[in-house]
Formats: sequence, C-alpha cells, structure tokens
Amino acid sequence: MRAWLERQIPKMVLAPSFVAILIFVYGFIAWTAWISLTRSKLLPKYDLYGVIQYKRLFAAPRWDTAMDNLFLFGALFICISMALGLLLAILLDQRIRVEGVLRTIYLYPMALSMIVTGTAWKWIMNPGLGIEAMVRNWGYDSFRFNWVIDPDMAIYAVVIAGVWQASGFVMALFLAGLRSVDGEIIKAAQIDGIPGWRIYSAIILPSMAPIFLSAFIVLAHLAIKSFDLVVALTGGGPGYATDLPATYMYAMAFSRGDIGQAASSAMVMMGVVFAIVVPYLYSELRAKHV
Amino acid sequence: MKRSVFTAASTLAVVAASAVSMAQAGPEAEVLHWWTSGGEAKSVAVLQQEFSANGGTWTDMPVAGGGGDAAMTALRARVLSGNAPTAVQLKGPAIQEWYEEGVLADISAVAEAEGWDKVLPASIAAHMKCEGQWCAAPVNVHRVDWLWANAEILAANDIAMPTSWDDFNAAADKLMAAGVIPLAHGGQAWQDATVFEVVALGLLGPDGFHKAFVDLDPEMLGSDKMVAVFDQMRKMRGYVDSNFPGRDWNLATSMVMNGEAAFQIMGDWAKGEFLAAGKVPGEDFLCASAPGEGFLYNVDSFAMFDVSGDDKQQGQALLAKLIVGQNFQKVFNLNKGSIPARVDVAMDDFDSCAHLSSAEMTTSSKDGSLLPSYAHGMAMRGAQSGAITDVVTAHFNSDMSSAEAVEMLVAAVENSL
Repeated sequence: MRAWLERQIPKMVLAPSFVAILIFVYGFIAWTAWISLTRSKLLPKYDLYGVIQYKRLFAAPRWDTAMDNLFLFGALFICISMALGLLLAILLDQRIRVEGVLRTIYLYPMALSMIVTGTAWKWIMNPGLGIEAMVRNWGYDSFRFNWVIDPDMAIYAVVIAGVWQASGFVMALFLAGLRSVDGEIIKAAQIDGIPGWRIYSAIILPSMAPIFLSAFIVLAHLAIKSFDLVVALTGGGPGYATDLPATYMYAMAFSRGDIGQAASSAMVMMGVVFAIVVPYLYSELRAKHV
Repeated sequence: MKRSVFTAASTLAVVAASAVSMAQAGPEAEVLHWWTSGGEAKSVAVLQQEFSANGGTWTDMPVAGGGGDAAMTALRARVLSGNAPTAVQLKGPAIQEWYEEGVLADISAVAEAEGWDKVLPASIAAHMKCEGQWCAAPVNVHRVDWLWANAEILAANDIAMPTSWDDFNAAADKLMAAGVIPLAHGGQAWQDATVFEVVALGLLGPDGFHKAFVDLDPEMLGSDKMVAVFDQMRKMRGYVDSNFPGRDWNLATSMVMNGEAAFQIMGDWAKGEFLAAGKVPGEDFLCASAPGEGFLYNVDSFAMFDVSGDDKQQGQALLAKLIVGQNFQKVFNLNKGSIPARVDVAMDDFDSCAHLSSAEMTTSSKDGSLLPSYAHGMAMRGAQSGAITDVVTAHFNSDMSSAEAVEMLVAAVENSL
C-alpha cells in the first residue's frame, strides 16, 4: 500500500496542473484554431468555412504593416538591447566602487510597466513638449526630433522606448554571466599578458553562449507580445504605422466584432512564436542527451 | 436543541427568501452602459431616477473605458453565459448584428402603444428595428457634421463661416498666411474618419454618400468623386499643425476656444466643452453645419436583450417607454449637448446650436438627406467601417496619392465583407 502510494502521489499531485494546462493552454489553442476557420463575427460560431479568414488577413494592408513592424521592431529591439546590455555589463564588471547602486539604477526600468514607459516616452518625444521643444528653447530653432508623429519613423520611436525598458535587464543577465566565468582561466590569461579585449572576445563571451540564448528568447517573446508599449506610446498611430500583430488582433476581436479574423491573426502570431521557441527547445533538449 | 436550531434557521431562510422575492416584485432592469464621465453619468442618472420614481429597481452596470470596447467584452461574456443584461447601450448596425446572434427582445408592444413611428424620423426609427420588430430605443441625436469656429479669429481676419469647401480652403489659406492654425484636429483614427466623412458628404452629396457608405457601392467608392474627396483630405492635412498625432478631440476643441486655431470639425459633443468653459454660442464661438447638404447623425440607443421573468420583462417595457418619453428626452439631451431623437419635444431650453441642429434634422428627414455617420458606427458594421477607417487614416498620415487611396478603399471594403 505504502509503496503504491509513493508511486502514485507524484502523479496525483501533478494531475490537476496537468489537466489545467491541457485545457487552458492547448484546449484554447485548439479552440482558437477552430474559430479561425469560421466566419465568427460578434460571437463565436462553429461552422467551418475553410481558410477564408487567412485569405482576408493576408490581403489586409494593415496586417502587412503589422508584420513588417514586428520584424523591424523585433530585430532592432533585440539587437540593440543585447548590444547595449552587454556593453553596460562589461563596463560594470570593472570592479567599480558603487556597482550596487549603478546596477539598481540600470535595472530599474524593468520594474516599470510598459504602460508607464510608453506614456513617459510619449511626452519626452512629443515635439511640442519634449526633447524637440527643449532644444529649440535653447536656441537651436531648426532642431527636429519628431519621430513619434512621423509615420515612417514612429516605429523607431517605439524601439527607443523598448530598448530603454529592456537593456537594463539584459545587463543584469550578462553581468551574472560574466561573473560566472571561471576566474582561474581569466587570471591565467592575464598572467600570459593577453590584453583585456582579447580576454573578453576569446574567452569570456564564448563561454556565455547559453546566456545569450536566454536573453534572446526573453527579448524575442517580449517583442512579439508587445502591445501595451505601442498602445501607450503611439496608440498604433500615426494612422496605423506602428501597429503590431497584437494590436491588430485586439482591434479585430474587441473593437470591430470580427472574432474569426482575430483568431486567424492569433494563429499566425503563434506560428511566429513557435518558429523561435521550437529551435530553442530542440537545442535545449538535445544538449541533455549529449 | 439541535432541532430547534434547525427550525429557526429554516424559518429565517424562508423569511429571507420571501423578503428577497418581495423586493423583486416590481419592474426590474439591469442596464449596461459606458457613460461614466461627468456629464454622461449625470445624464444616465436622470433615467435612473425616473425609473425608480415609477416603482422600478435599477441595477446599474457601468463598464468604463475603451470607447465601449470593455463594455462589449463584458456583454459578450454575459450573453455567452446565458445571462444577458436587460438593456445595453448599443447603436447603429451593431444592434442588428446582435439581433442576428438571436439574443434581442421584441419591444414592439411598447413602441406601438407609445406611437414611436410618429415621433421618430424614419431613418432613425429604422435603426431601432430588427426585421420589422422594434428592438432598441433611441435616447438622442448627435449631429456629426458640425464646423466650429473661434468668433474672434474669424472677425479679426475678416472671414465668414464657409459655405463651400472652396470657401473653406480660401479661408484656411488666408489664416495660414496670418499665422493662425486653420484647423484644430486630433490625429486619432476616428477623428480622421470624422473629417473624412464630413468632407465626403460635402463633395459627394447626400445620394453619393448613401451609395458609398451605406450601400458600399464599389463603383461610388472607386469613383473620381471619391478621388476628389481624398484630394480635399490632403489639403486638410496641410491645415493642421504638425503636433496633432494622438491628440484628444477635446484638446483640439480647446485650441479653438483659446484662439490657437480657427476651425474644428467635430460632432456636437464639442459644444459641451465650449459651454463648460463658459463660452457663449454666437459670441465666443460659432457653430454651423459643415459645407454641403445633409445631416450626419450619431444616435445613442439602448438595445433590449431577451430576458426571462415577469419582473424583468416589465422592467424592460418601462425602461423603453421612459427612454423615448418626452421628459427624459429633454432633460437627458440638455445635459448631454445633443438633441432629442423625437421631434415633438419643446426646444425652448436648448441653445442656438441645438435649435439649428433640430431644425435641420426635421428638414433633412423630409428631403431624404438625413444620413447615418460612418465614422461613429451608424452606417455599417464594425468590420467594414474599420476597414475604411484604416485606409482613411493611412492616407491622411502618409504621402499616399488619392488614386492609390481610392484603390485601397475598394479593396479594403471588398476584403472586409
């Protein structure tokens, strides 16, 4: 009896969360997939109509803009955040005196919600209130910084705010990684007279590969689910120049009563996430067997 | 001992149950709305008081935020769980959309007893009907195609209220030369759409507007006239200051109020801002119908949902009767800045802009130019109006050519059907 219990209890303890995940994650994914094949409008309907919603989706110029923005924003956001985070981490790694304070200052933006970041940057970048107005008041009358209201540049304004928010967090990740590198190797390299930049580029950074991957995964999913930042900063505008797939889906589901269309956009978004996460899981799981 | 406790408890339960059922004896209504800001909440309180005065029990269900998006999400959840509210603030074709989901009630009995057909303009009454039966009650009429102006600026620059779009352009050019922002505008998609439909009504005329935005006729949507509408929109873009994206409509109104800008194109809710700041119509600010014929309306209404139970159905009937009643229509609209939906309400207490609006509603109802506003969800369903707004705002906020915009418009409407 006791032996039986010992074998069964772990299963019983796990069962509820397993069932919950089965229903609330995979069940709802399946439901969304089903809805994306229907002509659901205000309320979900269950008669299948084929891929009509996907055809509509790919014919919508607004969806094109949203996807372009996702890739542009995602690439810039991830690259700049990683580069900036790494730079900050390396600078902080020089055993400076007030490191604890500086680290907190850099990490602090991550504690803010994206809504706060977006609203603050909206004011900072507003040409009538923020940086442009300030520099013009100093006497540089021709100074221009109106990205946030320029449809071609607005997405870069979103990148600025996003990078500001995330790079401190990336720095903390990298700093931990830098500190975890075996000190003996570094000392040996130093004794051999190898210059500092070589130590970083040839020894420390290569040994931090898993941290790069983690940072990439975290930033990539932040980029794909970015919604609040755009809503607070530009409201998707000017026009729909800064729309992302998430804001598109929201508009279809909640403002326009077009649930089928929203479901199909959600499925495409999930496809994008899978394209990033599946290779990651694959590499993670494979590593264990080696 | 145990038994006596049990008896006492069950007696108490019976008493409590009967007390609850007694409280539920009268008419009952649960009302879902998103009028939560100052003036709006005051307006809805009028209805609430009147409902209680007639012996009803009112359950308020305000859902703030998102211009009704949040309320619609709440409604969806309620309907899916089979427990719809009695009445919901809905308007335009959204009423018919919900009807098609099979969840609206028939209130024809009240409508016929009260003679709604005789007191409501025909096109507004049509919005309240679902396949011939009445399913919603209108509370007001907002006129959308208003042109607001700062009286002082116009006088200083010797400009009269424009009566054609060429006039408007001439006036705006003059103002630009004088260093005044001609048009106060907020760069949000719905505001772009508002200016667009006002320009479209002016340039296409009532028939053209109806063809394009009610019938969604691809020929009209793709016509040369529509190219002209986008050309005028390009001009309007030039009359707006560079700092407009994301600006709220009431900030644009205060630009007109404070003399920073000369004109604004906005519905009559802008009047509420002027009045709240103590400005006098005709002296401090001017109101006129925008250049062109016709009258674009935005009618707020309550759709009645299918409810079961005598008390609830009575509540629904009472609510419907009160909403279209003369007293509520008057008091509510004085508070909200709009005009009554029924045409037989005494207009004595209303201001000059409301008088103008009321008179033009009656005349345009007769000559068939009383038209639903597309930008405010009266003319077509969400998916279609959203698709058109996407094109309008994309054109307004880029250097897209008018011909290209028209092409996109036709494709977008087709794609949304």
